[in-house]
Amino acid sequence: MLKREQLKDDFLEHRLIRRRLIFTAVVAVVLLSLVVGRLYVLQVVEYAHYVTLSDSNRIRLKALPPTRGLIFDRHGVVMADNLPAYRLEIVREQVDDLDATLEKLRRYVDYDDQDLKRFEQASRRRRPFESVPLRLNLNDEEVARLAVNLHDFEGVEINARLTRNYPLGAHAVHALGYVSRIDERDLSEVDETEYSGTTHIGKLGVEKFYEQELHGKVGFQQVEVNANGRTLRVLSETPPVQGNNLYLTIDSRLQRIAEQAFGDQTGAAVAVDPNNGEVLALVSMPVFDPNLFVNGISYANYNQLRDSPDRPLFNRALSGQYPPGSTTKPFFAFAGLELGAVTAEHKVFCPGYYQLPNEPRKYRDWKKEGHGHMDLDGAVTQSCDVYFYKLAYELTIDRMAAFMQQFGFGRKTGIDSTGERSGLMPTREWKRGAEGLPWFPGETLITGIGQGALLVTPLQLANSTAAFASWGTRFQPRLVKAVEKIPQYEKVATSSSIAGRYEVVKPENWEHVHQAMVNVVHGLRGTAHRISRGLDYQVAGKTGTAQVFGIAQDEEYDEEEVQEKLRDHALFVSYAPADAPRIVVAVIVENGGHGSSVAAPIARLIMDAYLLEDT
Amino acid sequence: MNQTLEFDTPSVSRRVMDALRLDPVLLSLLLMLAAFGSMVLYSASGADEAAMIRQTTRILVAMLLLIATANLPLRVIRKMSVWLYLGGIALLVAVILFGEVGKGAQRWLDLGFIRFQPSEILKLAVPMVIAAYLSNRVLPVGFKDLVVSTVLVLIPVVLIARQPDLGTAILVGSAGFFVLFLAGVRWSVIVATGVLLSAAAPLMWKFVLHEYQRDRILTLLDPESDPLGSGYHIIQSKIAIGSGGVYGKGWLNGTQSQLDFIPERSTDFIFSVFGEEFGFLGSVILILLYLAIIFRGLYIAAHAEENFGRLLAGALSLTFFVYLFVNTGMVAGILPVVGVPLPLVSYGGTSMVTLMVGFGLIMSIRSAKRFLV
Repeated sequence: MLKREQLKDDFLEHRLIRRRLIFTAVVAVVLLSLVVGRLYVLQVVEYAHYVTLSDSNRIRLKALPPTRGLIFDRHGVVMADNLPAYRLEIVREQVDDLDATLEKLRRYVDYDDQDLKRFEQASRRRRPFESVPLRLNLNDEEVARLAVNLHDFEGVEINARLTRNYPLGAHAVHALGYVSRIDERDLSEVDETEYSGTTHIGKLGVEKFYEQELHGKVGFQQVEVNANGRTLRVLSETPPVQGNNLYLTIDSRLQRIAEQAFGDQTGAAVAVDPNNGEVLALVSMPVFDPNLFVNGISYANYNQLRDSPDRPLFNRALSGQYPPGSTTKPFFAFAGLELGAVTAEHKVFCPGYYQLPNEPRKYRDWKKEGHGHMDLDGAVTQSCDVYFYKLAYELTIDRMAAFMQQFGFGRKTGIDSTGERSGLMPTREWKRGAEGLPWFPGETLITGIGQGALLVTPLQLANSTAAFASWGTRFQPRLVKAVEKIPQYEKVATSSSIAGRYEVVKPENWEHVHQAMVNVVHGLRGTAHRISRGLDYQVAGKTGTAQVFGIAQDEEYDEEEVQEKLRDHALFVSYAPADAPRIVVAVIVENGGHGSSVAAPIARLIMDAYLLEDT
Repeated sequence: MNQTLEFDTPSVSRRVMDALRLDPVLLSLLLMLAAFGSMVLYSASGADEAAMIRQTTRILVAMLLLIATANLPLRVIRKMSVWLYLGGIALLVAVILFGEVGKGAQRWLDLGFIRFQPSEILKLAVPMVIAAYLSNRVLPVGFKDLVVSTVLVLIPVVLIARQPDLGTAILVGSAGFFVLFLAGVRWSVIVATGVLLSAAAPLMWKFVLHEYQRDRILTLLDPESDPLGSGYHIIQSKIAIGSGGVYGKGWLNGTQSQLDFIPERSTDFIFSVFGEEFGFLGSVILILLYLAIIFRGLYIAAHAEENFGRLLAGALSLTFFVYLFVNTGMVAGILPVVGVPLPLVSYGGTSMVTLMVGFGLIMSIRSAKRFLV
């Protein structure tokens, strides 16, 4: 039966199957055409798109941070260099459970919340698969302990990286400044691309001011990575260019001597070369170790520095504003002569006080019994206040201010560092603006002895004194003497620039004041006479004592009874050798009492060190 | 008339082929594909020589099985069908009872000396048994035969789908239904089934598909929604293929493949490697090669002497096409991710053996004609 049917139907059945086979063949071709069409879209039409995706898959741009430029003193002594230090770094992509890893790491390495915070911050700006530092400056023990257990920590690395180091430690910290971990605010001020991979940035001082010179140019590596982010090979590399080296005008030996001269006193000293404005020493006491800041200072250390009553972090030399006291007297004397208010021979009787016409108030001299008849030389040498009260009264505040401004009072010097303040040369306009009050004649008098609203920074005082010493030529003080350009290693000296020039009306006027300043030191009755012993060169100087708090009209200032914080600041300005000045020194010792006994000896030590041992 | 009676003497190779009952056209196409596949696999495995030796061994073993199968007389094959089918079903049940769990699915049966997936047997047994059954019946398929055949197909398909192994279930199911289709199921029935299935699709979505399978389909529609999760395979695969361009990055130079961006690059996603390294041109040539194999199979089916051979050769060739289409469609991102290897190219032994035995069957069908005449 079967046979019969098969025979009967085979032709039809074969045709049926054949038709169906042909149909399926057509469907197969159509469906495969769909696949081919899809491939055509992917590989031909959208080729460029997928090539880009493929390349961005495998090619990563790795930033190579440049090595920061070195800083030398004027004689080539290294003040800032870079040393390899071990860092604990984490590649986020390779860590499965970050929290667990961080927790586990605690057993080997001690890191605090601040490290964690910085880590989070840095993580936000990292490139994919870039390692982010968690702790800097691991000690040998931590490195050893972690290194043997590193296999437990996928994505955790110990890397040796060049880190800023200040071999002189605390010395010259206020001139140098320091670098510290870069933060978001820093980044907003720089080109982020240039700082990819850079972990530190100048925060203060020369390190900050010359950040662009010091930083260098970032390099890049195109690396091929696999799907796990492991670098397989370098495709191309643009090496980083080291930052430029700086040669400071600072003489580190002089700086050290100046700092030591202060002992444990607080204050500031600035030494400049009056011939070009180079800052030879820039001292603010006390100092602190900038190396603490490089690797992230601990809260404890920072609080200690911040809360110390001596305020070591405060850069007194640039930011401290002090009443200059009698150190301004040579300027006012010079003003009196040049503006024709007095002559050198003109004498004023000093009874120990001065009274304005029609005013009962007595403006007292520091010498209660008075100086008697004083000419200009005597008034400067013995620092007679009454003479200068009268001179100020005759000059008027307007003329005084205009004259003093030409020597840089009340203006920033424009030094190449950070944090400089302008001091204050009071004027009528200033008083109206600042306090909404008219100018009182009495204020002119106390301005005349460097008190009242008049404020200077130690740097300003040194620079103004230098301007006087060089016959009115005022330089812009400089901390950097030369920039060594990398990679050419070409030393380019910074040029001295003149910030202002006062034209002396009569040379003998200058000579009179100059001679009076010489007499301050070398004259028998000079207030700084005691530092002249054993001097091998001539010094012109002026002492100053700045009141920290006012004394009532009839009260007497008693040094013993006033607590140290409220004691007067001691000041001294000087230049030497007097006939051809090579160094100008301004010293302020906070709460030091008299300029003559405390500040002048420090200035002498600095000048000795510079003039005697240098030659 | 018998060809051998003519005086034109066949070449030596022709005589060898005839003696071994092999189809020289199909065999040379398969060898070309195997050579092509070995090259890609060498690249995809990261020049792993041990893997190459294993794969080459598999090809050789599969070739021997192909020759052995090709030498089975067709009537023997036909008689074996039922027993193979029943044995396969028994093994599937055994897998459910004693099977090994691998990669979240229960597919393997460990016989001590060899681990294998019984579902592979059904890829051949199902079309064989349906073809054998229908070859005794009057075509086009009547209603009763349709029901019987459908049940015969669905039993193993459901068992396999429960493992769960969607890819194999699709292949087994399509193999069975291709026989039915070729046997002339009425268009009205096909259309009605299609409509019914579309209507049932939402229910299947909810009750039949596993969570991960639903994910795969959703991922296909929008791979970028989960670029690191379920979309990663497709995205990286598309990048690999797309970046190959017209001419490809060159053998062993595919960055996506060599740098591990493509998951499963030596198994299911090997076509991505091929597309990246050989480009659009290479891919089209490869697909044409596959198409040639399929067409040769369909040609043999169309010229077979008996309905059993016609239906079986046709269904096996079309199953081979389903392999190709599902795999390349998945890799190119037009079909969801289903575990179907690129036939004869993907690394792995089981499918290789099944496919080669399938081609052995086709060659046996081709030989049967001559020997019958």
